[in-house]
Amino acid sequence: MSIPAWTFLFVGLTFSAYLGIAWLTRVRDTKGFFVAGRGVPSMANGMATAADWMSAASFISMAGLISTMGYAGGVYLMGWTGGYVLLALLLAPYLRKFGHYTVPDFVGDRYDSNVARVVAVICAIFVSFTYVAGQMRGVGIVFSRFLEVDINVGVTIGMAIVFIYAVLGGMKGITWTQVAQYWVLITAFLIPAIAISIKLTGHSVPQIGMGSELAGHGVAFLTKLDQIQQDLGFSRYTEAFTGSWNKINVFCVAVSLMVGTAGLPHVIVRFYTVKNVRAARWSAFWALLFISLLYLTAPATAAFARYYMIQSLHQKSAADLPSWFHNWQKTGLILWLDDGNGMLEYYGPDPSDSSHQNEVFRSGKLSASELANIQSRHQQWIDSNGTTGEDGRAVMTAKGLTGPDRDIIVLATPEMAELANWMIALVAAGGLAAALSTASGLLLVISSSVAHDLYYRILNPQASEAKRLAVGRTVIGLSVVIAGLFGIFPPGFVSQVVAFAFGLAASSFFPALLLGIFSRRVSAVPAITGMVAGITFTGSYIIGSVYRGMEPWCFGIGPQGIGAVGMALNLTVTLALTPLFPAPPPAVREMVARIREPEQD
Amino acid sequence: MTADARQPDDRSSPSYWRSNLRLTVALLVVWFAAGPCCGILFADQLNEFHLGGFPLGFWFAQQGSILVFVLLILVYAVCLNILDHRHRGVTESLPLDAEPTSESEAASESSSP
Repeated sequence: MSIPAWTFLFVGLTFSAYLGIAWLTRVRDTKGFFVAGRGVPSMANGMATAADWMSAASFISMAGLISTMGYAGGVYLMGWTGGYVLLALLLAPYLRKFGHYTVPDFVGDRYDSNVARVVAVICAIFVSFTYVAGQMRGVGIVFSRFLEVDINVGVTIGMAIVFIYAVLGGMKGITWTQVAQYWVLITAFLIPAIAISIKLTGHSVPQIGMGSELAGHGVAFLTKLDQIQQDLGFSRYTEAFTGSWNKINVFCVAVSLMVGTAGLPHVIVRFYTVKNVRAARWSAFWALLFISLLYLTAPATAAFARYYMIQSLHQKSAADLPSWFHNWQKTGLILWLDDGNGMLEYYGPDPSDSSHQNEVFRSGKLSASELANIQSRHQQWIDSNGTTGEDGRAVMTAKGLTGPDRDIIVLATPEMAELANWMIALVAAGGLAAALSTASGLLLVISSSVAHDLYYRILNPQASEAKRLAVGRTVIGLSVVIAGLFGIFPPGFVSQVVAFAFGLAASSFFPALLLGIFSRRVSAVPAITGMVAGITFTGSYIIGSVYRGMEPWCFGIGPQGIGAVGMALNLTVTLALTPLFPAPPPAVREMVARIREPEQD
Repeated sequence: MTADARQPDDRSSPSYWRSNLRLTVALLVVWFAAGPCCGILFADQLNEFHLGGFPLGFWFAQQGSILVFVLLILVYAVCLNILDHRHRGVTESLPLDAEPTSESEAASESSSP
């Protein structure tokens, strides 16, 4: 059977399974709709959290990022998992003990202020929408690359599936679907990693293989990879701190990601779905254990694929190039602009011999006609020995399109490892599972923010149970449609904003939640001022350096890492103002005291 | 409710909260040492050493820190659940625990018209 046939089969099977689960878990009340009736066992909740957490970016792009960044790629691994520790230790058990439905619920009640509630609702919706747009796009990309259907058709199919199980089952449907999606995505990720590890090092555990000797070479794999990278003019793979990734930047980006992760509303809300605080703590452990399966494997896949890609491409003639190269060249994820000698050459920015020039590129956002134009002028340039036409390599380098697209690492690894067609197809189902599970979790946050926090808690506290459920369903349905539209017509800012959403969450949410739990003294005005100060500073720094060409004046920290400074600013402002304002009312202090008590059965 | 007669701040068992804070801080120190310290701040120095075929700083950044993080949450879950269990008996004898827990509050709230 061909790859598309297998892909249709797997995608069809997994999608039918999701729909089956939706029908079995349909709900009739708001408790079921918003917090799955609080009846989810902790291990299942851990799996659902893991699937919720690991987005299309974790599945498709992260290994590729690490592969091109080497050591510095570790900031994503440490940042996201380290942030999870903060969440599990500092926030999750207390928010579960508080026991309502959403994060804005906590902020609004703790600071006894509807202003704080609305600010939190806006932050939650903003973070969720930027995130979900990226997921829907991911769905479309998987469809178009594996099934050769139009991206928009792919997004529409994905939207229809999420619509059905989210509207029918709410949080309950989403949770049990996510459990299934976890298994699909982790299987799809592990098998290629194991296969390529066996191929290169003879070890079936990729994490051990990565630290072992390269089969048949008698030299440690990573030493060999460092050597090759250096010879070709890249920095050594394991070398800490190269280029703009200096120590302070790596540190700040990692801290921003950690703290931002801890403030992500769609993950926090998962802890509301378990029976009690004890189950919340266990489910935090299960979740990170399940997450770590992928996060410990991704760096191994990254390093193996890096080595394998260089070895099978560099200084090969067209006839010797592997078939996966030709397959993916069609998608523009990898391109070859030859200098006329018929050999593909893959060099870094700084090769030992300066006459060596890189010939590997990617199409990025170039349209098909722009690309064809560059390629034909390049051919002209070669044929005429440089008298007419234009060197396409220089054009592509100037456009910043040097090297293959990072997504190719995960997408092409099964082919690099020469796995069977059905395995390659499973990766498509895995990518879809990762994207859909995260999207549905985010959509529920949007729905609960609007239907519970805005509608029920502020606009219409007398609303009946049936009416609240109807509003919840309507909002989630509308959100799916809006998210799908974002996927079909991606606004230019989305891809950039997603990376910065963490910084914004770090500088706004995290300090308010942390101080809300660990201080009884902090009241509404200092907390809100802190949130506004943090998010304003971070937001303007990001906008300034990304769109206005501002110099990174703050210790050379780039926009990705500035959330760490914004968070410190938020904390400082809040704590400095606190003594100047009266303590919160007794009811609030009572509430804080209650969430700190051991739980009664 | 008897709780009104007392300072609201006194309600949580102080020794429970202190033990909880001590454990949390200790775990966060390990968290900082394994992640930001070994993985970033001292990564270049640690790269001089090797663990199998891994330079040590690199290993901490891409493997070691994550392993430590998983263990930290396990230790936290086990210790705090034990602590909860130990203190549950103590506070149950106090009359002020007759008030509804957050659980039943949420339930009554969602079943109200």
